[in-house]
Amino acid sequence: MNSKAGSTFGSDGATDSSAARRNSKKPKYSKFTQQELPACKPLLTPGIVISTFALIGIIFIPIGLASLSASEHVVELVDRYDADCVPQHLRDDKLAFIQNSQTNKTCTRRLIVPKQMSSPIQVYYQLDNFYQNHRRYVKSRSDKQLKSKSSERETKTCEPEGTTGDGLAIVPCGLIAWSLFNDTYSFSANSKSLQVNKKDIAWQSDKKHKFGSDVYPKNFQSGGLIGGASLNASIPLSEQEDLIVWMRTAALPTFRKLYGRIEVDLEANEEITVVIQNNYNTYSFGGKKKLVLSTTSWIGGKNNFLGVAYLTVGGLCLFLAMGFILLYVFKPRTLGDPSYLSWNRNAAGYSN
Amino acid sequence: MAANLGLFSDPSPPPPISGHVPSSRRRPSHDRISFAPDSSHSASSPSALGVPARHGSRAESERLAASQRDLPDEDARLVVVGDAPGTAEAAARLGLGVGPAGNAVRTGKYSVLSFLPRNLFEQFRRVAYVYFLVIAVLNQLPQLAVFGRGASLLPLAFVLFVTALKDAYEDFRRHRSDRLENNRSSLVLGPSPLPRFLPKPWKRIRVGDVVKLLADDPAPADMVLLSTSDPTGVAYVRTTNLDGESNLKSRYAKQETLARTPEDGFAGVIRCERPNRNIYGFHANLELRGGRRVSLGPSNIVLRGCELKNTAWAVGVVVYAGKDTKVMLNSSGAPSKRSRLETRMNRETLFLSVFLLAMCLIVCTLNGIWLVVHQNELELMQFFRKRDYSGGDEKNYNYYGIAMTVFIIFLMAVIVFQIMIPISLYISMELVRLGQAYFMTRDTNLYDESSNLRFQCRALNINEDLGQIKYIFSDKTGTLTENKMEFQCATVGGVDYSGGKAPSPIETGFYSIVVGDQFWRPKMLVKTDPELAKLLRNGGETEEGKCAREFFLALAACNTIVPLILETPDPKQKLIDYQGESPDEQALVYAAAAYGFVLVERTSGYIVIDVLGDRQRFDVLGLHEFDSDRKRMSVIIGCPDKTVKLYVKGADNSMFGVIDKSINLDIIRATETHLHNYSSLGLRTLVVGTRKLSRTEFEEWQSAYEKASTALLGRAGLLRTVATDIERNLHILGATGIEDKLQKGVPEAIESLRQAGIKVWVLTGDKQETAISIGYSCKLLTREMTQIIINSYSREACRKSLEDAMAMCNKLTELSPMAQSSTTAAGSGRIRLALIIDGNSLVYILETDLQEELFGIASKCDVVLCCRVAPLQKAGIVALVKHRTDDMTLAIGDGANDVSMIQMADVGIGISGQEGRQAVMASDFSMGQFRFLVPLLLVHGHWNYQRMGYMILYNFYKNAAFVLVLFWYMQLVHEDK
Repeated sequence: MNSKAGSTFGSDGATDSSAARRNSKKPKYSKFTQQELPACKPLLTPGIVISTFALIGIIFIPIGLASLSASEHVVELVDRYDADCVPQHLRDDKLAFIQNSQTNKTCTRRLIVPKQMSSPIQVYYQLDNFYQNHRRYVKSRSDKQLKSKSSERETKTCEPEGTTGDGLAIVPCGLIAWSLFNDTYSFSANSKSLQVNKKDIAWQSDKKHKFGSDVYPKNFQSGGLIGGASLNASIPLSEQEDLIVWMRTAALPTFRKLYGRIEVDLEANEEITVVIQNNYNTYSFGGKKKLVLSTTSWIGGKNNFLGVAYLTVGGLCLFLAMGFILLYVFKPRTLGDPSYLSWNRNAAGYSN
Repeated sequence: MAANLGLFSDPSPPPPISGHVPSSRRRPSHDRISFAPDSSHSASSPSALGVPARHGSRAESERLAASQRDLPDEDARLVVVGDAPGTAEAAARLGLGVGPAGNAVRTGKYSVLSFLPRNLFEQFRRVAYVYFLVIAVLNQLPQLAVFGRGASLLPLAFVLFVTALKDAYEDFRRHRSDRLENNRSSLVLGPSPLPRFLPKPWKRIRVGDVVKLLADDPAPADMVLLSTSDPTGVAYVRTTNLDGESNLKSRYAKQETLARTPEDGFAGVIRCERPNRNIYGFHANLELRGGRRVSLGPSNIVLRGCELKNTAWAVGVVVYAGKDTKVMLNSSGAPSKRSRLETRMNRETLFLSVFLLAMCLIVCTLNGIWLVVHQNELELMQFFRKRDYSGGDEKNYNYYGIAMTVFIIFLMAVIVFQIMIPISLYISMELVRLGQAYFMTRDTNLYDESSNLRFQCRALNINEDLGQIKYIFSDKTGTLTENKMEFQCATVGGVDYSGGKAPSPIETGFYSIVVGDQFWRPKMLVKTDPELAKLLRNGGETEEGKCAREFFLALAACNTIVPLILETPDPKQKLIDYQGESPDEQALVYAAAAYGFVLVERTSGYIVIDVLGDRQRFDVLGLHEFDSDRKRMSVIIGCPDKTVKLYVKGADNSMFGVIDKSINLDIIRATETHLHNYSSLGLRTLVVGTRKLSRTEFEEWQSAYEKASTALLGRAGLLRTVATDIERNLHILGATGIEDKLQKGVPEAIESLRQAGIKVWVLTGDKQETAISIGYSCKLLTREMTQIIINSYSREACRKSLEDAMAMCNKLTELSPMAQSSTTAAGSGRIRLALIIDGNSLVYILETDLQEELFGIASKCDVVLCCRVAPLQKAGIVALVKHRTDDMTLAIGDGANDVSMIQMADVGIGISGQEGRQAVMASDFSMGQFRFLVPLLLVHGHWNYQRMGYMILYNFYKNAAFVLVLFWYMQLVHEDK
């Protein structure tokens, strides 16, 4: 009989079942694999939506009002001088005027203080149409060189102002440093000169960490083409605050940079005389130069945008909150009503 | 053992029936699935994938249609038996170029040397990587370096490195398993001077080698059986490694080769088809030394990986080795389908790249304009400084003329805006899908306790399509139902016995039979009807009693089941396990055993049945296998009382045609009524009939049968004719009702899917009544539904019935708005329609202009039931819907006959069930139960789609936000002038 064959199938029920339990492929239970972890999926009920909008409105509107009023209290005095500071007879060819090192570039401007300005009064220069963000300009600097003396030769990234014609490294190298702004201003009021404090106009971190105290200018502005100011070779870069301010490039073509601070109050209607050395060439590309005197408040300089933006958003939210409240009162509807689902709505439409 | 050694004790006619029976007797069984369609056909049509014969469910006609014919030389492979070098020479002579492959398998992709170039090549076949590479290369140009050179290469290098590492590890593992596999050894016949079976590692085995397998040995290659330990040439194999089916399958050695042993110089040439991946088809012939040709079919071949069971040894000749074996040819990955979301995303990506190009063009145009306007100022502008004065001679600094500068600006803009094209999103999506696949496979709700199977993601890229399914095409058997047949009731001699009750443990004693001091009992218990049992035991000589005995004898004898004796922990008790390819037959044999007709032993020549405690031996004189044309099988039995009887069982419609209506008309009537009842209960029915054969009749049949089974041409057809000739004027015994048990949770699952607005279509090979009854029992059909039934036998009739159906649909939908307006919830008041259509009608509808109308009707119906459909028709129906709508289709099935449908649908799901792994192999996802569709589609599918959708949208938004800020900055700065 088949007893021999039978022995080859010699497994029995009991061992079968225990083996099955051992080999069970049943996935182990865990909240993660079963996707049962607690989750938060807030339902946008009318209450939540209305109170959120109302809250935003209530918070934003006061902030907006406060910043607007702060901005209103800032006194700002702007004077564009690039065109007027060119002598009348040279105005046809401004480029020739500015490029000629022999011409007298001194220019005197008189400004009336519109309102009382309390110290400190920030002095800025503003350039228009100057693309400090241009790719080839932004890249043309060597942070390593600025930081330490030992990296003086690291000028590869500074093209085309890396080395002099003789191959000597320029410190500080690059287009940015090369094009350093070199107009100067001196102020006087009531024939008494006003001191402009040029200390601490740069970021402390820049002075401490990015510009070395042992790095001195070398071979700077010695090439055929002068881009801007020269630097005193006996002062380390970390003390050259004008340079440090300039090297922090602006993101937009219209920008202000801090020139210094006047640390006396100016009275309203007081006349200030500014003697400008108009050296910087913005005429080659049609840029403007402006002198700006401004007080500051807790939101910085004169800037209405922030306040307006806060007011707009806050107002909108408040309006929406009101609208939803009205809608909720006059045309309420139950949450999760399936008859509003598109297919149900279509069916209803079909039967009507 | 009470066994009659001879049927006809007088010396005159037929051959003695003892342990050895002439081969021709059993030849028909060889032809059961032989004559496979030629390889080109089988490769193109999945329908040719064979399926185990199953009553009333599978159309096998096409397999039988092909007649035996010679293989043309150019399509053939020659194998010289026992002569591997000779085989290689023959291949060379035929101009086949390289000879047949060696048996060494190589699943590893790379060698040490080829790893780097090949792996890089494989990786860079993904567009995303090429894009990354281009961007990284652009970054290497000094003029363009935006992000720094190293930084741009780093991510790509990292991804490449990790992937390469993973590939290398996988390949290492493959190499290791290859080595293990290649170094296994089998017994191979040594060279001719001293032919002896010697162990030889698998990798050295070549085509033409003669290999001997011992019990439990796996076959090292695809081999044609030459002889086995069984004198009749039967060998049993288990093909679990190949198709997952755990039942034993019988393979046969040809009678012509059986007698000779290779040791005493066996010679012959096998001409077989070229290697192909059809594991159920094999077509070859064997030319013996005498010039005699023997045809070989799939039942003569043992495939690599099959284990020899229940047979002491088998000898075969290797015909396909190594990578040519069917199992290796079938080990390809899942078909690649593309998710609809991804297709959509690709379109958006294309749009985005146009957008990107436009942005870059705007940027470089504006730059060009600016350069032209300021042409003369460029040199003096502090922030531009065209000239470079350092280093002696004057040159331009990064300036190459306006055109070139504009071009460089363009490339630069491409780099700056590169993330506008979300190539990285493809990788993110892959990662997300991996996570989703992890969640799906780890979901305990998708784990099937009974088969110990987890959900399996075979295709990783269509997860989110699961949430978009609109149509489900489901197989019935094995998918909706368990394919575990359970004998429920029987009608014997016109009396219905359906009062079965569950077997109680006390009663178990009744089932066991005594062998020496041991008790043997069937492995599965079946509930019995006490009255029928009583009738069998007590009603000895009454007409009803005889009829019932005959009936159960027929059930026990008329089948192809092989009983196996299993050990139990109790040494006194053994289990009889009935192994066979048809679950119906298994159920019937278990039922017969439960009523006391225990099939104990089957060899090819005789069967031993324990008839109510009395062990009797019946000689099997002939067996006509089931085929789909006749829809019945029959067996001719020589009984112990020296009578010859024909037992036939088959589908009712085919059986009533061959039953002698002149006798016992009332029994036939009663049986018909009972059958109708069973059918409406959802039971599968089989009718059993018998006829006593007279001596002359038997002799006539025997000579015809022998002639047919030795015929070389059209053997199957001849055998069918012989069968039809003998199967007539039957005396009806009764009929059986077998319950095809529904899988757990099917009705609830279908209800949920329906509520979700998914249309469920059932495509089954079963007959219409069964399909409808299953439809009712799984709540697919309800009593309120209006059924439209289309059964037509010609094109015109089809057209007509379709038109009628259409008119009816329209009328009903006109009515329904009125019904609907009263209710808010959609559909509840509507008249619901169900379309029931059969395979015959589909023949006329599919592939013709009637398709359009069918689709029109089907889309109006809530339920569509297609019965008696062939595998290819299933695919045709899926295609019908897929090509006419934008809706996603899903096909679910478990059998080889569902493969075509699974591959055709947008999403194919394989049920890993009773019917092997063919469907799973072809599917995108596989799972254990139909009801898992509900959590899969409604939970995972929903989440997958929603999450993926959010991720893609968020990615697009994020990229746009990032890029457009840069873009507008560029514009603003320019406009500021």
